[in-house]
Formats: sequence, C-alpha cells, structure tokens
Amino acid sequence: MATRIGRRRFLGSAVAGGVGAIALGALGERLAGFDAAGATPTPVSGSSGVATHQWAMVIDLRYCNGCKLCTTACQAAHFLHPDQTWIDVFSMTNAAGESYFMPRPCMMCEDPPCVPVCPVSANIRTPEGLTLVDQSRCIGTRICMNSCPYQARYFNWEDAERVPRQPFPQEPAWPVPQVKGTVGKCIFCAAMLPAGKLPECIASCPMGTLYLGDLESDVAVNGLGATVKLSSFLAENDAVKFKESYGTHPRVYYILGHGQDVDADAEAG
Amino acid sequence: MSDEQVSTATVSGPNGEDIAEAREHIRAAAMRPILENPRWWWPAVIALGAVVVLGLVAWAVQLVDGLGVAGYSDQAFWAVYEADLVAFIGVSYGGAVVSAILRLTKAGWRAPLTRIAEATALVTLPIGMLFILPHLGSPQRIWELVWPPYWNLSSPILWDFFAVSTYLLATIVFFYLPLVADLQVAADRLAGEQGLRARFCRTLYRVLGADRGVTTSQRRLLEGSIGLVAIMVIPMAVSVHSVLSFAFASSSRAGYLETIFPVYFVVAALYSGIALVVVTIAAFRRLFHLEAFIHPRHFVRLGFIMAAFGAVYLYLTFTEYLIDGYSGTSGLAAWVRQDLTGRYWIPFWIYFVAAGVLPLVIMALRQTRTIGGVVTASGLVVAALWVKRLVIVVPPATEPLVHSSLASGGVLAGNWGSYHFTWVPISITLAATAAIPLLLLVLFRFVPVLPIAEMEELESYEEELSEAIEITAGPERLRPAERPYRPLVPPTSACTPVALSSDGSAQSGFRQLPGGHRWPDSGQAANDGLGVQSPRPDGWAR
Repeated sequence: MATRIGRRRFLGSAVAGGVGAIALGALGERLAGFDAAGATPTPVSGSSGVATHQWAMVIDLRYCNGCKLCTTACQAAHFLHPDQTWIDVFSMTNAAGESYFMPRPCMMCEDPPCVPVCPVSANIRTPEGLTLVDQSRCIGTRICMNSCPYQARYFNWEDAERVPRQPFPQEPAWPVPQVKGTVGKCIFCAAMLPAGKLPECIASCPMGTLYLGDLESDVAVNGLGATVKLSSFLAENDAVKFKESYGTHPRVYYILGHGQDVDADAEAG
Repeated sequence: MSDEQVSTATVSGPNGEDIAEAREHIRAAAMRPILENPRWWWPAVIALGAVVVLGLVAWAVQLVDGLGVAGYSDQAFWAVYEADLVAFIGVSYGGAVVSAILRLTKAGWRAPLTRIAEATALVTLPIGMLFILPHLGSPQRIWELVWPPYWNLSSPILWDFFAVSTYLLATIVFFYLPLVADLQVAADRLAGEQGLRARFCRTLYRVLGADRGVTTSQRRLLEGSIGLVAIMVIPMAVSVHSVLSFAFASSSRAGYLETIFPVYFVVAALYSGIALVVVTIAAFRRLFHLEAFIHPRHFVRLGFIMAAFGAVYLYLTFTEYLIDGYSGTSGLAAWVRQDLTGRYWIPFWIYFVAAGVLPLVIMALRQTRTIGGVVTASGLVVAALWVKRLVIVVPPATEPLVHSSLASGGVLAGNWGSYHFTWVPISITLAATAAIPLLLLVLFRFVPVLPIAEMEELESYEEELSEAIEITAGPERLRPAERPYRPLVPPTSACTPVALSSDGSAQSGFRQLPGGHRWPDSGQAANDGLGVQSPRPDGWAR
C-alpha cells in the first residue's frame, strides 16, 4: 500500500506553504526597500541625508519664445536621434486662443511613477533627487513609458550613431551613446552637475527661460547668469507644477504669464 | 500489473451489450492517432512548420534591425505583441478552466473533451509566454527576470512573469495527472508495435509512470489531486489575467487607467479561451474521427457557456465606454471618440459585430445552434477578440499626454501617434497561430487524444440518460422526487452503449433505468432541436 497522504494533512501543508510564501514575499519586499506606502516624498529642504544638493528646475514660460535651441543643444551634446527629445518644446494654445510655448524636460518627480513599475529595477532615483535609467540593465518592457504622465520617455528603436570619445563613462548619469532596445530620458545632465556646469538646455537658452535650482541651498541660476533665491522666486511668481493632481510631486516648476493653464484641473479656474 | 488495477471483468450493460466491446471502441479511437499515420499528417505538419519558420525569420530580422521594423514608435510603444501576449495567454485560460469547471461541477458529459481542452491550454500558454521575447527591446537580458537581486517587487510585469510561470506549471500538472491513469492502457496498446515512435512512446509512458500501474487507492488519490489542481487552476488563472491588466492600468492614460480592467481581462480570456476549445475540439473530432464520442450536444453546451461569457463581456464593454464617455475629461472623451467613431472605429465595430452580437444570435436561434453554427461563432470570437485586444492596447499608447492636459476647454489639441502594421509582427502572429495546431498534432502523436480512464468511468449509461432527460425536459419538468436515482458508478460498470451505437438499437437503452425505474413504454425518440436523439414520453410537448 502506498503511503497515504491524508487530505487534511495535504491541505495543512498547502496552507503552511502559502503563509510561508507570503512571509518570504514580505521579507523580500523589505529587503528590496520598496516603500509600500509610497506617499512619503523626500523632504524638499533641510535635513535630507547625505546629499548636498536637491536638484530642481524652474521654467519661466513668460520668456520662452519657442526657438527650441534647448532641444537641439541637448540632442547635439548627447548624440540623440532627432525624435529623441530629452527636453521638448510644445506649442500650446491658451483659453484666449493665443499660442505660447512650453518646454518639457523630465519632471524628476519626488514620487516617480516610472520607478516602481520596472520589473528589473532599471530606474534609479539618486540621493540628489534625479531619476535615471540604467541602460545596461533595462530589458525594454516600455512599461515606464506607459506610466510616465509627462510623455518624457522614449525608446531606442535602433542603434545610436557612433559617438566620439566622451568626457564621462557610459553610465546612468551619462548614457551616451544610447543603447538600442532600452528606454531613455532626460538626465538633467547629471554627470556635469558635480563639475559645476549647467545642463545643456539651460546653458543654451538665449532667453533665460530655464533655471537650474537647488532646493538644498535654495538658489536657482539660468543660462544668462541671473541668480535668484529659489523659494521666494517661486512664491512671488506663483509657480505651479505640471499635473500636480497625479501626486508625482515634480521638481520642475512652471511660472505662468500668458494666462496658461498648466493642468487640466485648472480649467475651471 | 497487479490485481488491484482497474478490473477488466466483463459486465453486461443494461441491454446486454458487452462492456468490453464498448471499452475497446474507446481505446481504439483514443489510440488511433498514435498508431495510424494519416496521409494528411506530414503535409499538414510541414505547412504549419513553414509558417512557424517564417515567423522565426521575422523575429531574427527584428533582433537585428530593432523593434522599429515592427511598426512601433514612441507614440505607439505597445501594439501587436502586447495584444498577442494578452490574446494567447487568454485563450490558454479556456482549456484549463473549461476542464476545471466541468470537473468541479461533476459534469459527466465533459469526459471526451477534457484531454483536448487541457492540451489546448498546454500548448497555447507557452506560445503566449514566448511573446515576451519579441515584446522586449532587449530580449538578450531576459535572464534578469529570474535574477532575484534585480527584482522589483512592486512591478506588475514581474508579477506577470511569476503568475504566468506558476500557471504554466499548474497547466502541465493538470494535463499530466489525468494522463497517468491512461498510461498503462496506452502502453499495452503499443506492446506489439515496432518502429521508432512506438518505442519512444513506450519509453515515454514508462518514464511518466506506466509500469507502476494504478491501484484503486492510487486512483482515488489521483482523483483527489486532480480535483485539488482543478480548484487551484481557477484562482491562478484569475490572478494571471488580473496582473496582466495591471501592467496596462498602472498608467495615467485614458483607456488604460480603468478600474474595470482586471475583470475585463479575465472575462475576455475565458470567452476567447472557450471559443478556441470549441474550434480545436471540432477540428480534432473531424481529423481523428471522434464523432462517436463528441456529439453535437457537446458543442451546444460549450456554446452556451461561451455565449454567457460573451454576454458578460459585451456588458462590460458597454459599461466601460458609457461611463468613460460620460466623463467630461478631455482625455477620456477623446479616447472614447477615437475608439467608437475615430481612427479605430473599424476594429472596434468588428469586435462588436463578430464577437459581441453574432455569437449571441447564433446561440439564440435553434436553426443556427448546430455544430457548424457553434464552430463559426467560436472562430469569429477568437479572431474578433484578438482585434479587440488591439483596440484595447493601441489607442491609449498613442495618446498625446502633454497636449491633452494642457489644452483648454477640453479640446484636444495634440497629435495622436499611430501604429502601422508591417510584415514582421504579422508573420510572428501567424507563426504563433500556426504553432497551436502544429503542437497539438505532434502532441496527439504521443498521448491518447481521449482520456480513456475518465471516459470509461463517466460515459456511463446513467450519466448519459440523466443528461438526456435534462436536455429534453429541462430540470423543472421533472421534480426532484421523480428524478431517477443515480448510483455512484463503479469503474467496472463503465461504458456507453447508448452513445456508441448510432443506429436505432440504442433507443431501446433508454427504456430501462437502473433501480427498476421505467419510462412509459410509449416513449419515442425525438430530435429536440439540439441535435440530440433522446427519448421523450408522449405528451411532453416542447
């Protein structure tokens, strides 16, 4: 007679196994550092650990003339395909029927929707608050392109052109050349910032529209050399964030001036 | 072989038919595809294989030239492969769940269908999983999905991978367990055969457990296990399709961010899955001459189950578009317009007609409720639900996100992206489609196409009769007290003289019930419109 496994015993082991699996999963989650609550953005200023900078950007729409020099300078510096726009300039129409321009870099969200959806953890959020893509790990599921509400991500559909020797190693902070079959996006020129250089788009903007800000030292500078106190600059000009209602807490601030509504939710107002 | 093995003692049926003869009939039919080599087999396999090879060539081209050759772009970043992934994993659900549900509800008529249904699940699921490869931009790094240090446990795609892998394991087990009881019979059948394949089959059966035999207590254990796996398969499949839908829904895009999505995906999977099972069963019934076992009523019943899911799916679709269309949000309204009257109106209304309305009409009308009608409806459902998956996947991926939210007054100012088919995804999709019959043809060269042991137990005289009563009269016509007592059928009293004989002599089998219950002698056979020859006492008007 074969050994009989009673139904009760079998079910008991099955339940025990299931509980064990859940416990293991919870443990793994803890180890992976996944913040289940997900609603705790890093403090904007003050004590935020080791990082000495918390990068942000201010876009003063009053001065943008739609020349797209930021886009072309960025593409030239990073050897991007013309379709690959780390910073894109959209031509918009406001409620009065007047046109205006809106540059859109990566919003460097404090609670980025793209990071938790990647199956292989190829999206990184640095201590300085920059969201970067590890193109040596990305498997190209494109689910981050799906989750990004700002359409700030694109895919490398084919091989990048050959690039000359680069000043930085090919890493998430300087993904040049782009890797075929992976997702790419704006990096705020992360590799150049420690050297004290402004991102290409900001440096190339002839109108001084774009400011690089540091929430830690509360300063922002634009490509024309204007330096402002970040917090009061934002407060005085009623700065807004793009699609705030998604709870992504972008670190890119827009200053309006043409009667634009940046968010669909603002339509009523 | 031990004495405990299922007895082969001959027992006379109610009409004196020889049970052994009927059993022989089942076994011969189940083993025929293994023993005989029909003329069409090699041409069919070569033709289907050629289509599969074309698909592999297309994939090779895509590997070299990048995903762009498949018509993808940044504003159509998900399209055919994702629709294929959903559709093929979806159809695999049908086979497993048809079998599981019918097992759990102890539907006796399921017996001749389960092997083909489970085999359909077994071959379609790996094909669906393989669509991960063309879907990925960097398939050479797919190993990262099984490399725990890289896991991101909050990712729906990672859980997709876990869920589908677990489900694959369950599907294999669910195919294997009922097969165990058949192995010895199959091995005995092949005993005298020479040739490479017969030898291979014998080895295969031995490895799978034929020589160990199946004792009565083991048989009970086996049945318990099958029941347990049947219970587990259902929530597992639900989780697979729910998690699959989360990959789309974890988004801010109108048309993806839908609370209805998990339910929507599960129901669509069941709907298309049952349809594919019907098509497969019809094909193999014809190819392997199983008409004596698989009857029109099998198709009609599966057709009813399919129609039920079709109605639910139609309802869910209606709900989704109604409520999203009501919302004044510019993104949602634009998306609804795109689907119903805009760029995607043709595929949407193809779904609506071919998989929404027509199957219900076909199943509702008695004239069309035939094998041909049910199979036509099922074919329409399988094809049109693939189209529906395209309508689900493509439009939201082409949505202009920046413009739609910035434009004032709800007017959509931005440009929608577009997806254009190229030969690459078409070839790969056709290859996957051809791989289903190809793998099934190959599979049934090695395993019996009918579940022999199950049929011998379930295709019993009593089961057949009570089913016939319910179909003819409807349960309400016969009050519980009047229903014939149905004893538990021991394996030895197996077989179905009624089902086997197609001539009039079978009718007499319905007169005498076990337990001495008698029909009125005036009972006469009538076709009830479902294609079922069944007895009906006088005065039972329809």
